Amino acid sequence: MDMNRREALLRLATLLGVTTLTPQVLTAGATHPTSSAPVFGSADLALLDEIAETIMPATDVPGAKAAQVGAFISMMLTDCYDAPVQAAVNAGVDELATTYRRRFNEAFVGGSQANRTAFLNELDAEQKRYTASKRPEQPHHYFRIVKELSVLGYFSSEIGASQALRYMEVPGRFSGAEPYKKGDRAFYN
Amino acid sequence: MANQSFDAIVVGSGISGGWAAKELTEKGLKVLLLERGRNIEHVTGYENALKAPWEIPHRGRIPTAMRDAHPVQRRDYILSESNHAYWADEKESPYIEKKPFDWFRGYHVGGRSLMWGRQSYRFSDLDFEANAKEGIAVDWPIRYADIAPWYDYVERFAGISGSKEGLPQLPDGQFLPPMELNVVEKDVAARIRTHFKDQRRLIIGRTANLTAPIEGRNDCKFRNKCSLGCPFGAYFSTQSSTLPAAVKTGNLTLRPFSLVTKIRYDKDAKRARGVEVLDSETGQTYEFDAKIVFLCASAFHSASILMSSATDIWPGGLGSSSGELGHNVMDHHFRISASGSVEGYEDKIIFGRRPNGFYIPRFRNIGSDKRDYTRGFGYQGNASRQGWSREIAELGVGAPLKEALTEPGPWTIGMTGFGEILPYHENRIYFDKTVRDKWGQPVLVMDCEIKDNEKKMRRDMMADGAEMLEAAGVKNVRAADTGYNFGKGIHEMGTARMGRDPKTSVLNGNNQVWEAPNVFVTDGACMTSAACVNPSLTYMALTARAASFAVEELKRRSL
Repeated sequence: MDMNRREALLRLATLLGVTTLTPQVLTAGATHPTSSAPVFGSADLALLDEIAETIMPATDVPGAKAAQVGAFISMMLTDCYDAPVQAAVNAGVDELATTYRRRFNEAFVGGSQANRTAFLNELDAEQKRYTASKRPEQPHHYFRIVKELSVLGYFSSEIGASQALRYMEVPGRFSGAEPYKKGDRAFYN
Repeated sequence: MANQSFDAIVVGSGISGGWAAKELTEKGLKVLLLERGRNIEHVTGYENALKAPWEIPHRGRIPTAMRDAHPVQRRDYILSESNHAYWADEKESPYIEKKPFDWFRGYHVGGRSLMWGRQSYRFSDLDFEANAKEGIAVDWPIRYADIAPWYDYVERFAGISGSKEGLPQLPDGQFLPPMELNVVEKDVAARIRTHFKDQRRLIIGRTANLTAPIEGRNDCKFRNKCSLGCPFGAYFSTQSSTLPAAVKTGNLTLRPFSLVTKIRYDKDAKRARGVEVLDSETGQTYEFDAKIVFLCASAFHSASILMSSATDIWPGGLGSSSGELGHNVMDHHFRISASGSVEGYEDKIIFGRRPNGFYIPRFRNIGSDKRDYTRGFGYQGNASRQGWSREIAELGVGAPLKEALTEPGPWTIGMTGFGEILPYHENRIYFDKTVRDKWGQPVLVMDCEIKDNEKKMRRDMMADGAEMLEAAGVKNVRAADTGYNFGKGIHEMGTARMGRDPKTSVLNGNNQVWEAPNVFVTDGACMTSAACVNPSLTYMALTARAASFAVEELKRRSL
């Protein structure tokens, strides 16, 4: 038995909210309509980059755009999600851009950071309310998927793992009680 | 042309086959090591071992095309972009599930020794005596005293790290220094020990990862990427350990792409003459001769090779006269977890990625403890701080979320129980000859299930796990049964069991097939009971013991 197995258990059994969005890998026997056609065109990548950047912005460390998370989201949706989810996220992102333009009278790409952040915070509150009340068989809110892929794409990128976090390819030693003070970056595991 | 002839043939190059090859070559025998799949070279063959997380395209997620192409592998963690090439393809090598069965195989040099979990525990006399005391199945033909020196021997070579605990149900061994429990695990261990008056104990896992270098191998660098193959040779595998030792003797011939279809049996001599091999690349058939054959092809394949051999004499195959060949399938049942959150310890963080967790040895049905089932279970788990994938309910998007996720989250702890499955005659594998695999071989039908004893045990596994965490002050404790299919433990055992009587067992106390004393089976097939601990260390010890016996017998010319 190994760490992978224990960790698989922890992922299944505990409190890690976002990982529940993993595609339904464990569903044996079910049929999954899939499509390998790209979910987003190249014209959408700038929009996805800006959405991801609003979720994981540049601070003292570069943000999602520098880590090319828009392209990552597009690739992941195409490769790892079933057709209904792909369609829902595609439609959701379209609606996001349309609603934003109507409301703020500017395009999301190139829009003000304050407007974009406020708008996505509203969307995030909406997806949290929906997630809390949805039945297990109901689909995820599209923005939950976008947010989760933004976080995954960012922290597992080279910038995210080695600048926002501390990544060590070869730790060389183990300490189970290393001193830590608030503000220190976590290690990428 | 005469068949190529060797002193010994070893079938399978995993944990058991690697040991057989090492022991027999070191004792001077010319050995042919047959592996059904391709070769994977140590270090240079580990394609993803040194990749950074961002170099794995889907970052640990499974593409739908991969998921849909692997209806069996996707049932568990083993389906992974990082070491997908190490797991056998169920489309090429199908099987039939009369009852649900997860079969996860490694068809390459090294077998599952490349991907194994490395947890290494000794059986005790509690295990070796249980069948006889309880009148279950048949008695083991050996006791702890017979195997203890062989545990010593294999532990010294393999390199097992662990702590000495003095527990009769989990004998201590020849350990390298133990890995360290982390700060939360240490406190939970102390509270469990006090609360349960030392009747339950949380210890560091005993693992085949080096905590000090040994000849030709580096100590563990705490990368926790073992299942990709270790470029430092820091965990025991055929590639890192037994194969180099066997090669060094100059007595080894390794032949990959060699699928053994049968043992060639000489009914007059009542001995195996050698084996028949199907070259899995070219489709050509070859015969090889040897004085002895070690079957180490994994529990199910060792049994199926026997089932395919000498069928003109025994329709059920060589070793089938007892009626036990292919029966008594065992595994470890698990996927019952307890987990929760731990307050405090915010001034501590974990440095390094420990490829090991804690272990809670069996405490049920020991001494005066008596349950409404027999045997027991242990737990494996770990504590850690949550990472960037955690949900932070009060934060939406933007800089506050990003900043928060760059810091470690709260501590959590989780563990899963691993329970013993009894050997039931009805749990069996057999051929469906109407269905063939890519190489034209008949496929196996899996007809196995857990029964009342295991189901009752699972209730305790759930309740006891939660009780211990509660007693240790863990908050928000949750227990869950996330479902177990037979085989999911990847500890297939019992299909050619050892025993004391040829009427009720396939192998004798030296792992010889009763009907063919120059055929030895030393992998999981030989197990008479399963205990609740990880079994690979026991295969290593039984293999080394049988190899020593075989060579002595050859010297005495009694084989």
